[in-house]
Amino acid sequence: MALHRGRGFAAVNYPIGMNLGGDPSQALVHANPDGKFTVSLSSIDLGQGMKSVTRQIAAETLGVPVEDVYVDTADSDTGPHCMGSFASRGTHRVGNAVIQAAQEARAVMLEAAAEELEVDAADLVTDGRGNIHVRGAPSRSITTMAACQAAQFRHGRTVSGRGIFLIPLSEVDPDTGEMTPVSCFAHAAMIVEVEVDDETGEVRVTDMKSAYEVGRALNPKLVEQQLRGGAWMGMSHAAWETTEPYYPDRAHGPVDFSGYLMPGPGDLAPHHISILERPAPDGPFGGKGPGEMCANPVLPAVVNAIYDAVGVRIDELPVTPEKVLRGLRAQGGARPRKRL
Amino acid sequence: MSADGMSNGMIEFRKELFADERDDTLNEIGKPTRRQDILGHVTGRSPFYDDHLFHGLLHMRCARSPHHAARIRRIDTTEAELSPGVVRVLTGRDVPLNLNTLLSLLDFGIDDEPVLSTDRVRYRGEPVAAVIAESEAAAREAAAKVRVEWEVLPHVLDVEEAIRPGAPVVLEIYPGNRFVYHGRYDHQKLRFGDVEAAFRTADHIIEGRYQISPIEQAPIETCGAIAAPETNDRYVCYTSTQALFFSLATTSKLLRLPSSRLHFIGGTVGGGFGGKVDSVHEPLAVLGAMLTGRPVKFMWDREEEMQVGGPRGAERWYIKDGVMRDGRIVARKFTGYFDSGAYTRLTSYAVIKAVGHLPGPYTIPNVHADVYCVFTNRTPATAMRGFGITGVDFAIEAHMDKVAEAVGMNPIDLRILNAYRDGDMKAHRRVAKNCALIECCQVVAEKAGVQLTSASRAASSRQGGGGERGRIPAHTALDQVGRVEGFDTGSYARKPARQAGATAARPAAAAPAPAPPQPRVPRLEPSRAASAAPPIPPAPAQPAQTGGPARSGPIRFSSISGFRRR
Repeated sequence: MALHRGRGFAAVNYPIGMNLGGDPSQALVHANPDGKFTVSLSSIDLGQGMKSVTRQIAAETLGVPVEDVYVDTADSDTGPHCMGSFASRGTHRVGNAVIQAAQEARAVMLEAAAEELEVDAADLVTDGRGNIHVRGAPSRSITTMAACQAAQFRHGRTVSGRGIFLIPLSEVDPDTGEMTPVSCFAHAAMIVEVEVDDETGEVRVTDMKSAYEVGRALNPKLVEQQLRGGAWMGMSHAAWETTEPYYPDRAHGPVDFSGYLMPGPGDLAPHHISILERPAPDGPFGGKGPGEMCANPVLPAVVNAIYDAVGVRIDELPVTPEKVLRGLRAQGGARPRKRL
Repeated sequence: MSADGMSNGMIEFRKELFADERDDTLNEIGKPTRRQDILGHVTGRSPFYDDHLFHGLLHMRCARSPHHAARIRRIDTTEAELSPGVVRVLTGRDVPLNLNTLLSLLDFGIDDEPVLSTDRVRYRGEPVAAVIAESEAAAREAAAKVRVEWEVLPHVLDVEEAIRPGAPVVLEIYPGNRFVYHGRYDHQKLRFGDVEAAFRTADHIIEGRYQISPIEQAPIETCGAIAAPETNDRYVCYTSTQALFFSLATTSKLLRLPSSRLHFIGGTVGGGFGGKVDSVHEPLAVLGAMLTGRPVKFMWDREEEMQVGGPRGAERWYIKDGVMRDGRIVARKFTGYFDSGAYTRLTSYAVIKAVGHLPGPYTIPNVHADVYCVFTNRTPATAMRGFGITGVDFAIEAHMDKVAEAVGMNPIDLRILNAYRDGDMKAHRRVAKNCALIECCQVVAEKAGVQLTSASRAASSRQGGGGERGRIPAHTALDQVGRVEGFDTGSYARKPARQAGATAARPAAAAPAPAPPQPRVPRLEPSRAASAAPPIPPAPAQPAQTGGPARSGPIRFSSISGFRRR
């Protein structure tokens, strides 16, 4: 009776946004009298950081500090339509809508600044710290607050913008399946290490080494948060979770967290992450959506690692001690492969 | 392991890769800015839907089917209504339009699922009545007193048993227990080249069968909504939805209430993972508020969340690969079964997404897939993180490991050899761009100390693609297998023109006793006729209604996109 170690590999790509398109999202941006901006959305923050990533996108586009932007969501009376937070679409779809809205608002702000500075708006740049100045002449400047106030109180203009992003819905060919599913894909590859107990059938995931390509890490901490949580969820889906342990039989369905198995803090594997950024041509600053795909490579990598460790193929998820033991029994014990 | 070790030194940014495609000199983008909402979250002050409590709040609980399949002979709510603290008991007859399919807002699929079943139940846990009471305990007690006379029917739980001739029919509108695609086939096809011809030339044939069981989204905050009468004859609804306007539009449709009378507030949600798009709670909570004139909360407990809430559906996949000695995969064939459970919800759409994803991130010159959305007598499946993709990625990548072993290759070398590259033609007939699979494989191999071949180390997503690899095959083998008759042609399964919108419309306030909704048997109609706009439904007899007909749905995404009238 022994513990057997093994390594397994998997690689995936992941489509960003609703399949076939047809999923618009809108954004409205406006400046308050003191040059602070509100971004109005109806997008949902599930904990993934929707409010924060759109805030950074708006600040970058407007050319103002992030502290000068606040994101307000989701009230159907004040927020414009959004299809929803799913399909890894939030950053990509809503981010693009926010860019469009912020660009329109920025243009008004720069026109007001140009009038105040008596220059051509095309010659103006923002420094991202709350100032607008003539390109190459930082001394000829005005604050974004003063520009917004001038627009509202002297020129009678709203510093505001409207944005929408839509990839029009496309059709699917019934005979060939020809379609335009999405416009960009995220990528991932992963090696996991497992330890398999050939006496109890228990599997421990002991380490994960990954590479995730996310287009652009718009906020590296938010990306890390998604990847860590998501990979652990993938681990859980591989070796713990199901509502129907004897699927397709419905018996023994769990009704609470003492019956619905999930890893506890002591079960979580260290995860060494590498982030690659190949900007999506139509992503906001190249960003894709890291939300869903980070879980996917873990499931197959775990079963491949179990095979590497003891020579048992588990083709039905989740992996359970029972399945491992049955596999071991069928082949007369562990047959380590150690191929990776 | 130290807390430090979890974040520091365990993440790196490989900025040198694709550096020429990025501008890394931005002000805010790329900065680890602290989240806007984090202070509220870590101090327990962020308001979630369940924090919006109202004076006089009522609580809703459902009475549910104990059977996988049964006919309802009679629902007797008398005892429940007399139970202490009960204000009202709702049944299907109280729901103005008691039939929906989630993606009807996209004109995808036929309305198939009642809010509260009146004549049949198709899964264990299907709701047949909703008790509204002064406390949660009172609602629970009364829900147990709803008496239903059941006639138990045969059921089917396995996807492949469900599609055998003679299997119990789950949903009368789909007699073969399969969703109908484009009005033409009982599955979605993918055909690219000729797999059978390529199998004959392959050195190895590798086959596998894979399955993933249903998985619960498991958010900390269970799904729910609180609705209350608002001033100006409107209803406010605080909701855990992942899609605010989707839930609003679904509520508007089911209650036959103009969307202008609905005010939905959400946005801060305690975990979703796909389980909060089904819009199950909002319509019943608002209906409860309409019929009682008081605030009503409808929230699942953990058991409902796990056994009644739609999970990630089960999937079963068969894969057959034709592989050359050097590891090149020349043909890949899939047969996939998505277990939709008793109703369609989002599974029909998940199938399309999966088909668009095949054969995974690899360039394979011959690909064939038949993927089925199968109805069984279990909790309807819905969205979950990785919707339509997670299950088949498991199958593909577990299979790739077997392929690597069969040809005696390192599994990472095998992936890189077959990886898709910029300019390659994908099986859904669009050219690949912006690829990065190879680089992900290389980085992981390097980190894990796996020795790759020199060819694998030299490979790039930006080189070696296109050319011959960028062409659609000269010949693609097509077939008519799985042809069905009797559905409208031209798009996905959709409503026969004249019956759409004419279903079960009745006043919300009154409670007459109409016949249960009849199954909508599809009729054969000319495709042109099917593209006529749905008829305007009659106005609901709401006392407060200011007049004018309600639209069948507040948002018709499809009429914007031209999907319906293409």
